[in-house]
Amino acid sequence: MFGLVLLIGLPIVIITGLLDYAAYGPQFGQALPRDVGWLRPPPFEWPTRPDWLFRVSQGLHVILGIVLVPVVLAKLWSVIPKLFAWPPVRSTAQLLERLSLLLLVGGILFQIATGLLNVQYAYLFGFDFYTAHYFGGWVFIAAFVSHVALKLPRMISALRSRPFLAELRQGPDDTRPEPPDPDGLVAPRPGPATVSRRGALTLVGGLSLLLGGLTVGQTTDGPLRRTALLMPRGRQPGTGPNGFPVNRSAAAAGVTQERTGPGWRLTLAAAGRTVTLDRQQLLALPQHTATLPIACVEGWSTRQTWTGVRLRDLAAIAGAGEPASALVRSLERAGLFNQAQLQSNQILGPDSLLALKVNGVDLALDHGYPARVIVPALPGVHCTKWVATIDFRTTAGG
Amino acid sequence: MARPPGRLATGYGSGLLHLVVNVGGLTVAGWVALRLADEPAAGRILLWFVGAAIAHDLVLFPLYSGADAGLRRLLRASGATTAPGRVRILNHIRVPALAAGLTFLIYLPGILGLGKVTYQAATGQHRQQLLGEWLTLVAVLFAVSGVVYAVRVGRRARHGD
Repeated sequence: MFGLVLLIGLPIVIITGLLDYAAYGPQFGQALPRDVGWLRPPPFEWPTRPDWLFRVSQGLHVILGIVLVPVVLAKLWSVIPKLFAWPPVRSTAQLLERLSLLLLVGGILFQIATGLLNVQYAYLFGFDFYTAHYFGGWVFIAAFVSHVALKLPRMISALRSRPFLAELRQGPDDTRPEPPDPDGLVAPRPGPATVSRRGALTLVGGLSLLLGGLTVGQTTDGPLRRTALLMPRGRQPGTGPNGFPVNRSAAAAGVTQERTGPGWRLTLAAAGRTVTLDRQQLLALPQHTATLPIACVEGWSTRQTWTGVRLRDLAAIAGAGEPASALVRSLERAGLFNQAQLQSNQILGPDSLLALKVNGVDLALDHGYPARVIVPALPGVHCTKWVATIDFRTTAGG
Repeated sequence: MARPPGRLATGYGSGLLHLVVNVGGLTVAGWVALRLADEPAAGRILLWFVGAAIAHDLVLFPLYSGADAGLRRLLRASGATTAPGRVRILNHIRVPALAAGLTFLIYLPGILGLGKVTYQAATGQHRQQLLGEWLTLVAVLFAVSGVVYAVRVGRRARHGD
């Protein structure tokens, strides 16, 4: 039963994880890790519609990943006799199988551990998270596919061996041990049942619900956010129009008031020409307002109302009518995400903005003042803050 | 499965599908291992990968099953009922204890306030230790479980059992 839940749930976590990679624009070499050989999802242009795409896909990846932890642990508990089987290796086949199981079990636990530490900002492991989680994911995918290919018939026969609903009606006192199974997983001398099968399933389901309930709040705005009691994004950092959560503070990015003050200029470049605008000139251009979610790879998200200049209007001002891509650079000098390249659809979309205001007021410095990019369904870290230059390119890649 | 074992089965120990599928999975892992071998932290990644399995199988599992065995022994020694048909307290302790252990493991960085520097850089906030919040959660879980136990005992008594 736990196997069936994982057979449905884990592929969703895997696919949303690979979608996350695709969302970062691997065609521009800006998905991490960069060099992945042939272990990559098929290339496609990440869409800008629906605007909740990344919020939902990445929210699912993180929340479902956490919700499935009790199921994974229950599954491991149910097969633990295998670990202590003696003698440990009887044949070449068994040696290969045990190695594959190490990849399966090590893989899922490695992904859970690194993922949990990443979403909670505790990099205890001392290696690059992106590299480890990406390749760890592929090791797990391969082991998972092997395991399903070999064990699916076994799962189906086990589920068919007893009437499921009748089992669920039994209390602990009527619960009888299973007959000995070919895999030797049934206890040879079981004690009296202390939990019914219904109870065991309810317990694991309940624990999953508890974890889900303690996590899902990080994707909401308003009082419900507090329900993510133990998560880093379980509270609103402030009040007012700029009171929503920040990803990377201005202080951490080394962006100061002086560099964002009246001396700040936006430089637009296209085909060897540059145009420079100050904030007043930007505010004098036609303004567009859009209410869009912004979502982080860590699974949390928020929805705000952004106002600013359409990126396609800026492309026109720069003299790049139909740009193939645009490289946006931040005032931030160091840092992995101090620049991001946007696809054509991400520049030309009607709601793709260089935002100057949020919820009717100027952006706070931590939210990217004087100007930041907001593109629907684009991962939060690619919605570059403290924008300094936008370089429009008319040929792809370049 | 009902076919008589062929030469592969006797020499290898299983069928062709088993061989192909396992070799396929191991090949992907081998390719990844070769690719990561040049990483500066390759050793640590391997350590965490194998360590995750060991930590579960040889630390976490003995710990929770040992705690469960201890709890049952304690209840027997204290004369708690294990008779069929009676309300038993065992699961009313097991369930909140399991939930407490699980939430502690999952939300460990927040509860212990780990990674203060990265947390502040990311959120712009000081990391508060959430131990108090977690202890409150655990207290609520045990309290709810206790109330359910009391209701079950009371109901059983009223129905004259």
